[in-house]
This record gives sequence, C-alpha cells and structure tokens, in this order.
Amino acid sequence: MQSLGIDVLLRGTNFLRLLSGLWVAVRISLISVAISIAFGIVMGMLMTSKNRILQVIFRIYLEIVRIMPQMVLLFIVYFGTTRVFGWNLSSEKAAVIVFSFWGTAEMGDLVRGALISIPKIQYESARALGMKEKDVYLYVILPQTIRRMIPLSINLITRMIKTTSLVMMIGMVEVLKVGQQIIEANRRTSPNAAFGVFAVVFILYFLICWPISRLSVWLEKRWA
Amino acid sequence: MDLAVMQSYLPLYRDALFLTLRIGWQGVFLALVFGLVCVIILHLKIPVLKTLTGFYVELFRNTPLLVQLFFLYFALPRIGIRMTPEFTGCLGLGLIGGAYMTETFRSGLESVPKIQEESAQSLGMTPLLAFRHVILPQAVASSVPGILANVIFLLKETSVFSTISLMDLMFTAKDLIGMYAKTIECLVLLVIFYLIMLLPVSVAGSVLERRLRHAEFGD
Repeated sequence: MQSLGIDVLLRGTNFLRLLSGLWVAVRISLISVAISIAFGIVMGMLMTSKNRILQVIFRIYLEIVRIMPQMVLLFIVYFGTTRVFGWNLSSEKAAVIVFSFWGTAEMGDLVRGALISIPKIQYESARALGMKEKDVYLYVILPQTIRRMIPLSINLITRMIKTTSLVMMIGMVEVLKVGQQIIEANRRTSPNAAFGVFAVVFILYFLICWPISRLSVWLEKRWA
Repeated sequence: MDLAVMQSYLPLYRDALFLTLRIGWQGVFLALVFGLVCVIILHLKIPVLKTLTGFYVELFRNTPLLVQLFFLYFALPRIGIRMTPEFTGCLGLGLIGGAYMTETFRSGLESVPKIQEESAQSLGMTPLLAFRHVILPQAVASSVPGILANVIFLLKETSVFSTISLMDLMFTAKDLIGMYAKTIECLVLLVIFYLIMLLPVSVAGSVLERRLRHAEFGD
C-alpha cells in the first residue's frame, strides 16, 4: 500500500508550516473576538435603550449578519469596498473587519440577552438598600451579567476560529492553503498526500476548538 | 452600476440559486434525519452506538464545514472513495447539520421536566403514549427556534461549496468577477440572491417562533 501522506508532514518543516497556517486563523479570530467584545458590550447596552431609531438600526444590522454568509461579507469588503473607494486593503485587515462586524452583532445580542435576563428585582433591591446608580451597576448587575456572558463569549471564540477558515478564499495563506501547497510540492513523491494532510488539518481544528467549547459548556453549567 | 450587464447575468445567477437551493434543502433534510437518528440513540442510551454518536457530534461541531468538505472531496478519493461534487456537498451539509441538530433535539428533550413524564404515567399512559402526546409536543415546541436557526446556518454555509467546484451563487459571482471584472454588479446581485433565498426563511422563522411561544405559555 502506498503512503497516505503522514510522512510528508514529518519531512522538513512541513508540519511547522501547517501549524503556522493554523496560527494565522487563530490570530485573526482572537483579534476579532477582542474587538467584538469591546464593541458588543457597548452595542448590547445601547440595545436595551428605548430609542426607536436605535432599535430599528440594530434590528437591521442583526438581520444582515444573520442572513448574509460570512463569505459574501468577505467578498464585499475585500473586492467591493476596495473597488468603490479605491483603497488598498490587505486580506488580513479585510478579514478582521468582517469578523469583527459579525462578532459585534453576536456579542451585542448576547449582552442584551444577559442584561434583560437580570430580574428587575435585583435593580430595585439594590436601590432600596440605598446604593447609588453607579454602584448598582458596578456591584450588582455587572457581576451577574459577566458571569452569564463569559461562557457564551468563549463559545463565540470557537465559532470565530471555525469561520476564519474562509479567509483562504480572499487569498490568505492559512492552514488549508499551506496544506494544498505541501500536497502540490510533493505530488511526485507521494501522490496520496492529500489524505494525510487534510486528515491532519481536520484533526488540528478539532484539537483547538474542542477544548475551548468544553470549557464553555463547563462554565455554563457551573455558573448557571 | 451597469444595469444591462446585471440583467445579462441574471440567468446565470438564477441557475446558481436553484442549484444552491436544491443542495441546501437536500442537505437540511439529511441533517434532520441524521439528527433524529442520533438523538434517538442518545435517548435510548444504546451502548457502543452512544459513544460513537457522541464522538461524531463533537467532531463535526468543532470543525469548519470547509475543512470537512476538503476532507470528503480531496482526501477520501485517495483511499478509493469517490463522490460527485453535488453528493459531497449534500453529505457534508448533512453531516455538519446532523451534529448541530442532534444538540438542538437533545436540549429540546431535556427541557421537558421529568415530572411531565411521571405525571403522564401515573395517569395510566404507557411510556410510548406519554412520549407521543406529552413529551414530544413540548420538546418540539422548545426546539423549533433552534432548528430554524440551524436551517439558516446550513443554507448560509452552502457558500463554501464553491471550493469543491459546485456552481453555486458564490462560485458564479467569483467566476464572473474573474472574467469581466464587473465587481460591483456581481456583488450586488450576489447579495440580492442570498436575500431572496434566506429572507423568507428568516421571516418565517420569527413568525413561527412567536406562534410557538404563544402556544407554549397558553393564553
């Protein structure tokens, strides 16, 4: 039986290259998640306001994010806006913009959900104890909100990592692309390398996302 | 924007939409079947199958569809398993969707309090009767929003099919941009066609969700 390509990965720096490709995806997700959390918290707080115009704007924003595939958003930012506005955008910047746009909506909705899930009695009791409005938020509402949000935002990280596999489509060299390059480079010596390489990529994604999503489930159970 | 150009692209986009819809719905159907089978296995706690199901669900929930498709379409032929792009698309969508549906169905079943089953049985209902008339309706009602969210997610995910050379909406847009460089026109059409495909599902989802919530809480 011919080799299935695991040996190709052990040759030279191939495996390291694959890992550095994975790091590209992880790096973009971490940057985007950080931006999303910051903007998401602001957005979530604004969403609980009674302002009609704000509500309509956020409703449309959420619906766009809900309906448009991330790939379409990537294409719009990477090919569309550069054409319309005539600027230069690296694919990494485009990816961060798109994933932050998406993540902010998700995060905003989570924050809103967490905020309105705090029973009204918590606010009232805190005020009845004579706490200042600032202290009500700082010592009563925020700690509870954050506890509810942390598992959900961790969950967002895994979804982000999974979605960043799409950046390959706007020309970033991430793990799948590196995999393809390795396969092409070794086409003659091991024609079946595709099996080993793509199986390893599959497993690598699992090894990164699975522990994170377990952590999120565990925290959710513990803090619920 | 050049409207005449957009008009000339319309038939191409229409065909792509039909292809996307066909594969999308077949995939969603497969996903529902896989999810149902898996959740029954988990519910009945069938020994070995239970572990395998758990492994499948975790594996497919924690990897991107793009990577799964690459594995199915480029890796499997190397060990002699060959599939057409269309079949691969359906299968890939079915597999990832099945994993998500299993989770949704499971949390739906878990959301029904145990006392419901006990009460039904103490009224003299057989386990099957209790499951059919007491547990299932409540479980379905609480998992419908999740199922619809999964359907939208799956239909959105079809956009990665272009990587395994299926001529879906994404592929058509990419191809036309590459050939004629009418970037804006192509992207506008792309957005319009995704809206045509997904807006009705999304709206129907919200309406259904509201009605079910109504049913759940009575009055």
